[in-house]
Amino acid sequence: MTYVTRGFRRKREESGPPDRVPPGQYLTSDFPVLSAGPTPRISLDEWSLIVSDRDGDAKSWSWSEFLDLPRETVTVDIHCVTKWSKLDTVWEGVSVDTLLTDLGEPGSHVLVRSYGGYTTNLPTADVTGGRAWVAFGYGGQALAPEHGGPARLLVPHLYFWKSAKWVNALEFGDFDRRGFWESYGYHNYGDPWLEQRYSGD
Amino acid sequence: MIEDRRVDGNAIGGLLADWFGREMTGEIGCCGECGVVNPLGAVLVYLDAPGQVIRCPACSSVLMVVTTIESTVRMSFEALRWIQSPR
Amino acid sequence: MAGAEILGRLTWQLAEVVEVIDENSRARTIVLHCPEWRGHLAGQHIDIRLTAEDGYQAQRSYSIANAPHAERVAITVELVDEGEVSPFLIEELRVGDRFEIRGPIGGYFVWEPAVGGPLQLIGGGSGVVPLIAMMRARAETDDHVQVRYLSSARSFEDILYRAELKRLAEENDGVSVVHTLTRSHPEGWDGPTRRVDRDMLEGHAWSAQLRPLCFVCGPTGFVESVASILVDLGHEPRRIMTERFGPSGG
Repeated sequence: MTYVTRGFRRKREESGPPDRVPPGQYLTSDFPVLSAGPTPRISLDEWSLIVSDRDGDAKSWSWSEFLDLPRETVTVDIHCVTKWSKLDTVWEGVSVDTLLTDLGEPGSHVLVRSYGGYTTNLPTADVTGGRAWVAFGYGGQALAPEHGGPARLLVPHLYFWKSAKWVNALEFGDFDRRGFWESYGYHNYGDPWLEQRYSGD
Repeated sequence: MIEDRRVDGNAIGGLLADWFGREMTGEIGCCGECGVVNPLGAVLVYLDAPGQVIRCPACSSVLMVVTTIESTVRMSFEALRWIQSPR
Repeated sequence: MAGAEILGRLTWQLAEVVEVIDENSRARTIVLHCPEWRGHLAGQHIDIRLTAEDGYQAQRSYSIANAPHAERVAITVELVDEGEVSPFLIEELRVGDRFEIRGPIGGYFVWEPAVGGPLQLIGGGSGVVPLIAMMRARAETDDHVQVRYLSSARSFEDILYRAELKRLAEENDGVSVVHTLTRSHPEGWDGPTRRVDRDMLEGHAWSAQLRPLCFVCGPTGFVESVASILVDLGHEPRRIMTERFGPSGG
């Protein structure tokens, strides 16, 4: 039994064009900051990115080595499971395809590890073929720590919890291991166009 | 800043009282990772996208995670080793 | 801390607005009558739940501003720009309206006169709301707990409960009140005009040797900075209680 309070209504939100904004989402003009823990403070001297393939062979890059890799600027829409969407966001980063060059077969899945302990998991097919980047720039500037800097994963076609902030390692292999939110009941895949927010959706 | 967005156990006082049937923010919890004890009102609460992540104020280890999925609220226990009443 | 047990589960109760007091242009105190209310302690808060006609619900927490009382609960709400709930509570809500509340909630950030002092209260912005409840609880007893109250506000108009605090300080040797203004101050202002820092606490707060009970409340950055300085000054961490409100409203 709840009581309707006279005069109260939800805040009006902009819904946006349906071919750009998935069901259940609304547009935001700012860039909400959400976090599961304190901002890791990683000095660029200590930062490294490690990518390993299905056989465990690995490549790693220091910050300056990483910045020497071929980079791309992409404009993408992003969608958060808390219902906000942001269109035409501009990022600069290195394609995950580039990172896998010179490694062996990746296998079917990847577990993404972040500084600070966060993890998320994805099928290899969803981070290759030009679908994902390790991004170090946003809106023409260096990626701010509160948004995942020095570098974060960017996988815009899935809910944004898959775009792990403060990325440290991509562990490819043939096993799908659930990451942080996936193991707490969130959808293992997370397609915003099918509203796959929770496992069972 | 992200740090501004954290709150503390006072903010989940209602949730805890709902679960345990009594006021809980004055009860003492022990972090299983570092051993430090604190009243539950003093733990750090991160308000993240899909849920609330409750961390030890001393070592930042995850003590509990609260998710609300449709109408189901789940409290997952991680490093929270024990809770006791002060007297 | 003093036990503050609730007997039985928390249930949502219907409360009716019996009075509204505009504290300033951006803050309003809402006094509620709740017949099943079993009383509260200074420092506790309530959760409120608003339901729109289409079934949409919003829930928020607000610290209780009045001293322990059998049937009345007062909250002071500060306007959050672009907010969903505070503009409704401040601009639309009228006497006679009703909404659901549950509580009181809190067993850590609470104080009652029997616990004693000396008391150090430090609040930033709307963080002073639970602290004024402590001042009001103290004022209602014959106890002579000594208290030092320090608030940080952006401007003179933003100082909540200013006249009441001035009167309490004038009428009581055991009460000292200091406000610091961080963005603007009126001509003739003789108080501090900067963020709370170590010098200010050394000058105005109880010394750690007296082992005061410290209650610090307000935006997260404010609370963590002040608590950290208190520890640096030698206060026992166990005697510093904190309540973070999250990012400041802007």
